[in-house]
Amino acid sequence: MNIVERLLEGDKKACARLISKLENNEKEAIDIVKQLYNRTGNAYVIGITGAPGSGKSTLTNKLTKELLKQGKKVGIIAIDPTSPFSQGAILGDRIRMNDLALDKNVFIRSMGTRGSLGGMSRATWDAVKVLDIFGCDYIFVETVGVGQSEIDIVKVADTILMVVIPNTGDDIQAIKAGIMEIADIFAINKSDLEGADKTKLEIEMNLDLNEKNEYRPPVIKVSASKNQGMRELLEKIYEHRRFLEENNELEKRRIRNSRLQLLKLVEDELMEIILDKSVKDDLLDKLSREITKGAIDPYTAKNRIIELIRR
Amino acid sequence: MDRPIRVLVAKPGLDGHDRGAKVIARALRDAGMEVIYTGLRQTPEQIVAAAVQEDVDVVAMSILSGAHNHLFPKVVNLLRVEGVDDVLIIGGGVIPDDDIPGLIEAGVEAIFTPGSSTKDIVNYIKSHIKRK
Repeated sequence: MNIVERLLEGDKKACARLISKLENNEKEAIDIVKQLYNRTGNAYVIGITGAPGSGKSTLTNKLTKELLKQGKKVGIIAIDPTSPFSQGAILGDRIRMNDLALDKNVFIRSMGTRGSLGGMSRATWDAVKVLDIFGCDYIFVETVGVGQSEIDIVKVADTILMVVIPNTGDDIQAIKAGIMEIADIFAINKSDLEGADKTKLEIEMNLDLNEKNEYRPPVIKVSASKNQGMRELLEKIYEHRRFLEENNELEKRRIRNSRLQLLKLVEDELMEIILDKSVKDDLLDKLSREITKGAIDPYTAKNRIIELIRR
Repeated sequence: MDRPIRVLVAKPGLDGHDRGAKVIARALRDAGMEVIYTGLRQTPEQIVAAAVQEDVDVVAMSILSGAHNHLFPKVVNLLRVEGVDDVLIIGGGVIPDDDIPGLIEAGVEAIFTPGSSTKDIVNYIKSHIKRK
């Protein structure tokens, strides 16, 4: 059996190998995704984001268990940062998920960011499509521990779950732009700690100031490690999904995501072409030196590089 | 090879000490590898499931409890049952010299005992991985 047949039969080894090949940008794997792309679109993708140590992996684990009880097949992609110096990485999200690894309806994959700065890796989107083809009903994408602006998760997720913990920053943090704006659901994890009510209040007050929308992100207190609030949280995910589906928002969101993904692919390829051309005749280095010396301004230098692909 | 080598660093069995495994994980990270760390107290079945799903090049196990003669070969055998034949399997920890030949015989390709330099381990992995 070839890798495609094995993938469609639910062979985890085939699934894993295909993801590796996509991570390494191998043409053979891209051809397989092309061939099977009409089988995608069935999985529902949940983005899990939040600060380092906020409990994303533990929460993903517990939500997965709830989904398994309901007979669902679940894929998990967990991303951790790649070193900008060595290109190595410690991928440690599995530590909180090992008890799921043996379930035949669960597939867990760890990925390094490999140079991407938006909280995900370039190949995350590809891996989501593979797990979709693999037959997962739900796919969790757990971002790296984020700060304030890593919002690439919006490009792949249908529902975004923001994990926050009590007592992290004052109420100004809640009204800042960026990551707090992309959440469809707020889960205040470790809510047995002091300050959970205050954090909930701050987020709710901020949501009060939003333009009136039909959908208002719920804010719920949970404790993943104590398995508290997990069913309620899953119910909120279902509610959000129903809202998206009933209002034609899911399609809109997915079209927006496809657009972003398409632009990203074009951007990557253009960048590669430009780098290839401008490195070849040393143009990039030459222009960089001239900009620094003041011999040329960066805008004119930019035009010189753009000319390379216009021709 | 311009892709990162992927290594599963695993602690099979019941011992609760992973200082050594973490030092190795860190050294492999600094050598440009992607290290999937599973945490403590893993069963051989869990380690094999992780190795399959993560599609690793190397399974590196550490045991300090004395159960290596039982657990290392078990992981090797389970990997074979799964049809995984292109993964380098290495072990480390507190392992008496007398036990090493038996473990090599069982399919663990190298054993690194206390005092091994992380540099040697990195070099061993780089020169022995089986997939291009």
